[in-house]
Amino acid sequence: MADHKHSANQNSGHAFVRTENAPLLPPPATEAGITGWLWQNIFASMADFSSAGASLRSACVAALTVFLLYFGFAQIYTLLDFGVFSAVWSDPDQLKREACWTVDQGGGLPSGWHAACWPFIYAKHKFIMYGAYPSEELWRVNLSVLLGIVGLAYVLIERLPRRREVGAMMLTLYPLLCFILLTGGNLAIPFGSIGMWLIIGLAVISLGRLAKRGFLGPTLSEFHALIGLTGWAFVIYNAVRGLGAVDFGLEPIDTRDWGGLLITLVVAVTGIVVSLPLGIILALGRRSEMPAARLICTVFIEFWRGVPLITVLFMASVMLPLFLPEGVNFDNLLRALIGVMLFSAAYMAEVIRGGLQAIDKGQYEGAQAMGLSYWQTMRLIILPQALTHVIPGIVNTFIGLFKDTTLVSIVGIFDLLGAGQSAIADAAWSTPVQATTMYLYIAIIFFVFCFCMSRYSIYMENKLSKSRQH
Amino acid sequence: MSNNLVIGIGALVVGGVVGYFAGAGNEKIVEVEKVVEVEKQQTATLDSVKSKGFVQCGVSQGLPGFSNSDDTGKWTGIDVDVCRAVAAAVFGDSSKVKFTPLSAKQRFTALASGEIDVLSRNTTWTMTRDTQLGLNFAGVNYYDGQGMMVPKSLGAKSAMELDGANICTNTGTTTELNITDFFRSNGMKFNLVAFEKADEVVAAYDAGRCDVYTTDRSGLAAQRTKLTNPDDHMVLPEIISKEPLGPVVRQGDDQWFNIVRWSLRAMINAEEMGITSANAKSKVNDNNPAIKRLLGSEGNFGAELGLSNDWALNILSQVGNYGESYETHVGPNTPLKLDRGVNELWSKGGILYAAPIR
Amino acid sequence: MSFSAFFYDKRLRSVLFQALLVLSIAFGFFWLIENTVSNLSEQGKSVGFSFLSQTAGFQISSTLGTWLMQYEVGRSTYLDVYFIGIINTFVVAVLGILAAAFLGFSIGIMRLSNNLVIRGFATLYVEMLRNIPLLLQLFFWYFAVLRSLPSRREQTELFSSVAGINITGLYLPAPIAQSGFMIVILVFIMAIIGAVMLSKWATKRQYKTGRTFPAFWAGLGLILGTPLVAFLALGSPLDWSFPEFKDTGPLLRRGFQSGTGMVIVPELIAVWLALSLYTAAFIAEIVRAGILAVAKGQTEASYSLGLRPGITLRLIVIPQALRVIIPPLTSQFLNLTKNSSLAVAIAYPELVSIFAGTALNQVGKEIEMIAMMMTVYLTFSLLTAAFMNWFNARVKLVER
Repeated sequence: MADHKHSANQNSGHAFVRTENAPLLPPPATEAGITGWLWQNIFASMADFSSAGASLRSACVAALTVFLLYFGFAQIYTLLDFGVFSAVWSDPDQLKREACWTVDQGGGLPSGWHAACWPFIYAKHKFIMYGAYPSEELWRVNLSVLLGIVGLAYVLIERLPRRREVGAMMLTLYPLLCFILLTGGNLAIPFGSIGMWLIIGLAVISLGRLAKRGFLGPTLSEFHALIGLTGWAFVIYNAVRGLGAVDFGLEPIDTRDWGGLLITLVVAVTGIVVSLPLGIILALGRRSEMPAARLICTVFIEFWRGVPLITVLFMASVMLPLFLPEGVNFDNLLRALIGVMLFSAAYMAEVIRGGLQAIDKGQYEGAQAMGLSYWQTMRLIILPQALTHVIPGIVNTFIGLFKDTTLVSIVGIFDLLGAGQSAIADAAWSTPVQATTMYLYIAIIFFVFCFCMSRYSIYMENKLSKSRQH
Repeated sequence: MSNNLVIGIGALVVGGVVGYFAGAGNEKIVEVEKVVEVEKQQTATLDSVKSKGFVQCGVSQGLPGFSNSDDTGKWTGIDVDVCRAVAAAVFGDSSKVKFTPLSAKQRFTALASGEIDVLSRNTTWTMTRDTQLGLNFAGVNYYDGQGMMVPKSLGAKSAMELDGANICTNTGTTTELNITDFFRSNGMKFNLVAFEKADEVVAAYDAGRCDVYTTDRSGLAAQRTKLTNPDDHMVLPEIISKEPLGPVVRQGDDQWFNIVRWSLRAMINAEEMGITSANAKSKVNDNNPAIKRLLGSEGNFGAELGLSNDWALNILSQVGNYGESYETHVGPNTPLKLDRGVNELWSKGGILYAAPIR
Repeated sequence: MSFSAFFYDKRLRSVLFQALLVLSIAFGFFWLIENTVSNLSEQGKSVGFSFLSQTAGFQISSTLGTWLMQYEVGRSTYLDVYFIGIINTFVVAVLGILAAAFLGFSIGIMRLSNNLVIRGFATLYVEMLRNIPLLLQLFFWYFAVLRSLPSRREQTELFSSVAGINITGLYLPAPIAQSGFMIVILVFIMAIIGAVMLSKWATKRQYKTGRTFPAFWAGLGLILGTPLVAFLALGSPLDWSFPEFKDTGPLLRRGFQSGTGMVIVPELIAVWLALSLYTAAFIAEIVRAGILAVAKGQTEASYSLGLRPGITLRLIVIPQALRVIIPPLTSQFLNLTKNSSLAVAIAYPELVSIFAGTALNQVGKEIEMIAMMMTVYLTFSLLTAAFMNWFNARVKLVER
């Protein structure tokens, strides 16, 4: 090695010129390893003492860091201590409330104990999940939810074939199926009338076909599409009615017996399923060139967006019976659903309008140049793009709606929060921690749902913004 | 995606959604069509109840002892028993009744719109309600009055000592008026904190937000069971209002009104005659003609109501008499621990006095 | 003209369609109104607003609304109750907006910090608060506030007996205006106008001559200084009523004495906390997105011009970020205002609670009262929408 160096020196003729690479030094401590990570993520922000102002800032950041660290961990510890470490987990002797009583109250827990009483949640679990839904019929709820999860997962996983069709099923057949499963179907609709309307519908469709071929003269042939659509609407509407009227041998279950998470999901899902088509129509109406349609849609949207949901629910529960003809009345749940649907349709319309506005003008012009009609343009060109564009917005609206369903508890519907509150009222479990335990549990349920959805929304947002970049 | 498929799916969406909700409303609408038809004739409610096969009864959203549902959705309480009695009278089966929990705000609209057939929701009988709201009170099943509960540690023995108190209550109909009148007429100051639902009132009172919790005395007894330490609180002797609570029906249907009224009276009369759910069947052939008339072995009283003659027998054997109902739900052996007080029979010093069946 | 040509005339078709739409909507309304009228007459109810002049017979917990409207049972009318509701809604909305904006901006900037602890805390805050229903949080804060305060016969003194807090509320000194105080207020308003004019003049001069003028400090001095001078010159025409606390005497008479000082009820504190903490989480996300939306080149260009970081933030980043931030921010403010209606659950006497709650239960005029209540919220949101349009128009002009 010495020889080699020597010869190199000779080659250049200068002793101070390096002839080989300097040895690779490890990266500075501030750039690599745990220290580097800590430096970059924590200490770099409080290590600038180059001037008086910078020093002050660094000191403030350091103080804030320490405070937040302490505060954050203190809060997390309090939560964990309440929910896990000090909590009562089991009630082997069926003591009910006495299992969560402190010495002062006559129980066995140390004085000053304040933590979750989970046996209370076990005991009430069925109630806050399903309400008073009969225990032997719970499989119907579970099946509906399971189908929903499977269908949703199928639609969300990319690369699976026919996702669009499955999605369409989820928006059409699935709600119908759930309706039959949950209520028991078997509506009192005479089959005679359904059959009659079905036949009329089929006849109208055939009429449309004939008109299309031109057998019915030029005037009617112009309308063949309209006639055909009317016929199909008849057929589908009555097929749905017919399905609802079939006796599947399911025990009918009144919506008054529904409750808990079931209601929360029903309200939120119905809200979203209905508000989507309604929102599309409203958004198109608001951007329409027809002044009357635009005005009506704008007023509708701004009205519902301008008032709090709680007043809408009050209106639905107190005023709706006054608006309807004598004798016609819906049950409480359906009334709240109507309020929620109108309310969320307005919000959905604004989200979709945002998507429509983001579509390049060239798309409209291109479609017009191709000779597409308004509805064709919307259906084939604009809406598919606009809707994909606003998926994150739709999911966020859904999250908002999901959280807002708690308000139905104020108008006397036992949703998750309402059922929880009604469970709190049970004197058999009355302890000072009863309410806190229940609220914590409900908060966890909501958090899990909303957090997962917001993750999905963020994922879609990133994906869309990436796809828009090229 | 092909054009046709889009049309198909679009039509399916629209059809599905329309159908879904049309379907959801349909059941009711069909029933309602029937109701509307028969309402043209005079005997509306009984026929519609019979044709749908159950009595729809409006109850509270949860008031232990009066109307409260357990985890399985089973409703219990003295208000609920009135509904069961009506169902037993009409169908001979006290289980043919469905319950609609209603808030104070919703209850009269629900009754007026025909959503419920009878309202049995600790509702106070007042003149305005008779004259202005189109309601008929079918009787009184509990004589109540607004009272006040305070912590024992406060050391107050009378409501007259409560000058300057903080008072919690829930927005009812007359609760706030009564308490305001009481304090004003006695020249005392107070501060009122009015919640929407009773559960929050209890929680706030329990947390020490208020010195006083005021509502109907029966409600105080019921809500007291939800306090952390019920024994640390006492109900003050003052009763600041008269609250006769009873079942309500719509005006303009005398037959239904009579059915509800006499179902309640049958329960009270039965207690007076010593007929209980245990001995009702064996008393059918009792020597006492009054008992025979009540239980349908003499006379034609049920048929005149539009019911079968064993209507009262069904009530008593399935629901029991008034005293039994009281003891099971609100009496001294229940968490509510309410003494009979004025709700005792007239013959035992109370004011319960039911017109005779003759 | 053949029928089909008639049918395919675009303008005619659109007129036809609109006429149909308007007709069907009109018919729908007619149907609803007819039903309502017949239902109301069936129930023997009349429609009208005469109930507004009836006196209200119930007590309302003392708040800014009752104080401003001089509420007195047996004298005040239902119209007063309506205004008390509006004032109290307004109070909680304004307080909530101020706190939520401050907290939201702080958390939003914290989310962009390069300090992991600060960033992590902010993220945790946003995710926790955003994903739990507001109503649940409201209950949590109300009972947390109640549990953490001393009982009615005790107090935690703040600033040595000037103010105090216990479970019945936060007691502060109440200002009592003497004659002449109106002049001070007038001077104050004039000072604000003067400050605005001064800042306009300063901007103009800077454009013309390039010389800067410390308009902010001068304006601040003007706004604070002149009223103070006027106040002192008039001989301090303002009295204070201090809250009085007694811990002797009969048990019931102990505690803060009513009629002294000013009280902020715990319900207001809880609603305010819940609303501002919840909305702050949303505002934080808006602020973060707004700052991220400003291209990095802007900051770099500003640095290369030699501007210091503070000035860069103030003159380059924030104005551009605000353009993105303000529209969603206003809608969050509006949401907060609408969400204040949830206070009905915890007895804060705002519009929904006392007017559509207590008063509605007394009078039973559902249609009129719910319509009146909705009008208030609609006015709030229309005003906000008007502001938004004005702002968007202004921002558009700046854009090149």
